[in-house]
This record gives sequence, C-alpha cells and structure tokens, in this order.
Amino acid sequence: MEENEWNNMICVAGEGMISPLGFNSADTFRRVEELSADPSKESEGRLYQSHFGIPEPFFASLIDDKKLDNAFSTFSDTKFRYTKLEKAAILSADQAIRKSGINPSGKDVLFILSTTKGNVSLLGDLDGFEPERIHLWRSAELIAGFFGNANEPLTVSNACISGCSALIAGMRQLRQGRYSHIVVVGADMLCKFIISGFQSFKALSNELCRPFDKNRKGLNLGESAATMVLSKSDEAPKGSFVLVKGAMHNDANHISGPSRTAEGLLRCLTEILTETDKEDLAFINAHGTSTLYNDDMESIAIDRALLQNIPVGSLKGYFGHTLGAAGILESIISSYAVKEQVVLRSRGTLELGTARKLNVSVNQGVANGKHSFVKMLSGFGGSNAAILIKMI
Amino acid sequence: MKGLKIMSYCRITDASVIFYDREVVVYNPKDEDPWLLQIYKAKDIHYPKFHKMDNLCKAGFLGAEMVVNDDSQENKENWAVVTFNRSSSLDDDTSYQKTIENADNYFPAPSVFVYTLPNILSGEIAIRHKIMGESVHYITKEFSAERICEAFNDLASDGKIDTIVGGWAEYFQGHVDVLMLKVSVNEEDKQLLTINNILKLWKI
Repeated sequence: MEENEWNNMICVAGEGMISPLGFNSADTFRRVEELSADPSKESEGRLYQSHFGIPEPFFASLIDDKKLDNAFSTFSDTKFRYTKLEKAAILSADQAIRKSGINPSGKDVLFILSTTKGNVSLLGDLDGFEPERIHLWRSAELIAGFFGNANEPLTVSNACISGCSALIAGMRQLRQGRYSHIVVVGADMLCKFIISGFQSFKALSNELCRPFDKNRKGLNLGESAATMVLSKSDEAPKGSFVLVKGAMHNDANHISGPSRTAEGLLRCLTEILTETDKEDLAFINAHGTSTLYNDDMESIAIDRALLQNIPVGSLKGYFGHTLGAAGILESIISSYAVKEQVVLRSRGTLELGTARKLNVSVNQGVANGKHSFVKMLSGFGGSNAAILIKMI
Repeated sequence: MKGLKIMSYCRITDASVIFYDREVVVYNPKDEDPWLLQIYKAKDIHYPKFHKMDNLCKAGFLGAEMVVNDDSQENKENWAVVTFNRSSSLDDDTSYQKTIENADNYFPAPSVFVYTLPNILSGEIAIRHKIMGESVHYITKEFSAERICEAFNDLASDGKIDTIVGGWAEYFQGHVDVLMLKVSVNEEDKQLLTINNILKLWKI
C-alpha cells in the first residue's frame, strides 16, 4: 500500500492498562512474554475460596485493591471518591493520553466507555456511594470529567464484544470527522453478581482455563482496565498501529449460545480481510474463552474463512476473560507482540480438540516479518466482532 | 431523493402504544395482565419466547415487532439492530441481585442472569427477524436524538447496511419508554432520519 493511502486510517496514538499482571502496558506485556516463554511459570490467576461471599470457589485474576488504591493516591490527590473500576479506568486512560500527547479536555475529544456491568457490585452494597453510581453512563461521565472533558461520553455495553464495538464506534466517529481523537476506555471489575451468574451457567473452570483444548472445562474471569487513544493517522510515525477495518455481525441464532455454523463470526472475518491482508497476518488473537461451544464455533469460523493455517491464540490463560476490557486489552497486548515479532503461546492449551482443526500456538513462535493481526470476539446476545490491526 | 428514511416508528409509554401517529393500544388499569402483556395480546403476537424475556427485552421486542411487521424468515443480511437506553439492564439486575443476596436463600438463576446484559435486547430482535448485520447497545445519560441519528447514519454510510431497526428502549422501576424505528436507505417519499424528526416522534 502507498503511504498516502493510510491518510484516512485510524491509528492508535497511545495506550495504557491496569491489569493483575502489571500497572501499565509495557510491564504487563513483559510479564505476558515471560509466561509465554516459560510454561513452568505460574500466572496471577488463582483459586479464590469464600471470596466476595460466594459459597463455591472460583478461579480468577483479580487486581489487588490496596495496590490499586496506592497507585491512584500517588497519582492524584483528588478528594473525590472513585470506585475500583473508575480508578483503574482513569489510570489506564491517563497512561494512554500521556503517550498520545493529546489534550483530553479539548472539544475535539470524545470519551467512549466499554463496560458490561460497570459498578454493579454497588447493587449489593452501596458502600456510601450515591445510587446513581450504579449507572454505566455515570462512570463514563466521571472518567471523562476527571480529564476535564465536557463532551457527553458514549457508553457501549455489548456483552463480551463491547471492547471491539467501542473501538469500531470510535473509528466511525473519526471517519465522520466529528472529533479529532477518541479515548476508548474498557473496564470491568468482578464481584459476587458477575461470578455467581457465570457459575449458575456452569461456564467457569475451577482451574486455569484451556483455550481450544480437548479437555477445556470453561472460562476464567479477570479484572482489567485498558485504554486506546485513536486518532486520524495523517502524521502517524512508522511503527504505529492502525485499525484497518472492523466488522460486527449477529448470529441471529440464540441469546446465550453461539451459532453451530459460526455465521456471524464468519461474516466478520470475510468482511475485514482481503487476500492480500491474509498474507500479512502474524496471528489471529481469538476470543478463546475455553468454553466448549465458543472455541468450537471460532474454529468453524476460522476454517470456513480459510484461515486454518494462520497461528491462533487466546490470551485468556494470562488474564482470564476481562469482559468489557477484553477487546482493548487483548488488542494492545497483541500489538506489542507484533512489534516484538513474537507469536505468544496460547497459555493453557495442551492437547488440541476443536470442531475444526486449527493452527493453535501451543508454543511461543515468531511472526516472520508479518505485521498484522485479527482480534476476534463473540458473546451473549449472539454478537460477534473482528478487527484487523496493522503496524505501519 | 435517496437517503436514510424513517419507514415506521412505534412509541411505547406507560399510557399507550402509538403507531403511525395513532394510539393503537391504551393501558387498561382494570386488566390483570401486566402492561407489556396487554400490548402483546392486543397486537395478537405469537412468539412463545416473549414470555421468558425480562421487561426491557419485552418492551423493545414489542416496539420492533410493530415497526418491522414482517414475518419472513429469510436472513436479513443488510439489516442491523442498534439500541440505546439510560438504565442498561438494571431492572433485571435488581431481580438477579435478589437471588444472591442472602446466604440462606442463595439461588442464582441462569434464566435471570442471562438478561443482565442490555444487548440481549438487540440480540432478541436479531433472532426474531433473522437480522445478520451488527447488533449493538449504547448507553447515554438521557434520550439522545443526536446519538441515535449519528449511529444510524454512520452505519448506513458504510454501504453494507440498508435497514436499521432500533432506537430507544428503557425499562426501569416499572416504567417503560420506547421509541423504536425502522429506517431504510431508499428513494421513497418518507421523512429523512434527522435529529429534529427523531425528536418530533419522541415528543409525540
């Protein structure tokens, strides 16, 4: 592609994250790489007993509350009381904004929040917060407000695909020229409400999840906040990441089960990838939740899209499923991997076993000079999303 | 002139259902059925899954049922569902919270939990009408004709989607407030989708 063809592309001007593996993107990626390279290393995910007042034990990756409080109070001397989700979101957004160099209070900046459940833990115990705080738009307003941004933020709550939906919403806003920069923040924190619900579905594994594995038993949940600042790429330096194309499709099949024929996800892949794009794919960063149906469905979509030879991996064995943060967090980690020319190990995968055969990265590999990847997500409500991201 | 046109709309409040500028169902306080079921029966809808839905989905589903008015089960490849509201799925969230509140009476129910995501509404509409384009749910503090208008127009401007079902669907603390639209790209002599035209329908 000629250089000037990137003019209308959307670039990632900055990123940041707060995760159990690290309190910024670089530290988190270093830790991911360490775990990827050495299968004998233990991750931050572990089994919690009698936590959050839940009778059954659960395996999850949680952000240490004290560590987060310390990081936040070192960062800001505000007297205003923020929730855990808001603190993590603000810290991740601040990192991304600083890297991008944008003025976050500018009229030409829009904040988009991606979250599935926001401050839902307050439903059980308000803990001194006002009832309005349970509303997702209120968290979005407070996050944008922290940075002095006066535009009414947009919130996307689209189940597991929220992160990709929010990035696509941001891409559209920039293409229409309504704003110069979009701060896309994804965050979800765990609590009794969320974990008991997934337990009632029998969707959780009580050990490290095993994406695409023959013996996969369900997912692990995780907490994170991740932010990308998106800008038009006119002046993006070499080595920047560009969101080339995104697509979303519904399976029109079932509210809590994926399509047996992967109709929605297949359409996403077909829509975003040309034959030339396929040649530059370093890997596909799948959703890979480790539930029986999701991973089978993804294998069918990848196979039907004739991508079965491209390395496929899931990051759920590192972070768990981070819900509204997943699309953004996993895109950032995948970008770091492309930059380092690493194909990360699909941690937790031991023995392959999906409906269709996939080239799952059971060991860490190299990217062989390829500079693109696909981020895929699927979720409740029958929704699917895929985004093609490329290093220029 | 070709453009994104409002093909039909439906407004549901606590008092009535307005369709094509007419009150087609009026709340009957003497009827023992809940309001949303009154509408379902009055419109003679037959869709057993309706009875499993939470109130937010019921409300949005009924609005979509009116505006789509199409029983064909062909895949609608170029259609999308885009919904907005203020209170997410908080109505069902509150019901689910009750199932996990007490250690002595702990019975987390998957059939309630599944509706604790606001985008289940757009999913239900997509399933009902075989809509294969995107389904997205956005949250704004108040009804925002501006955000609805821009989301619909942006989606249609990509060229792949020619029909969108959606709009505003709010159900919280016993109150319903829905403005469901069907918009299509065509040359018919219909109102263009503009912020003012959406506002007019909202205030009808």
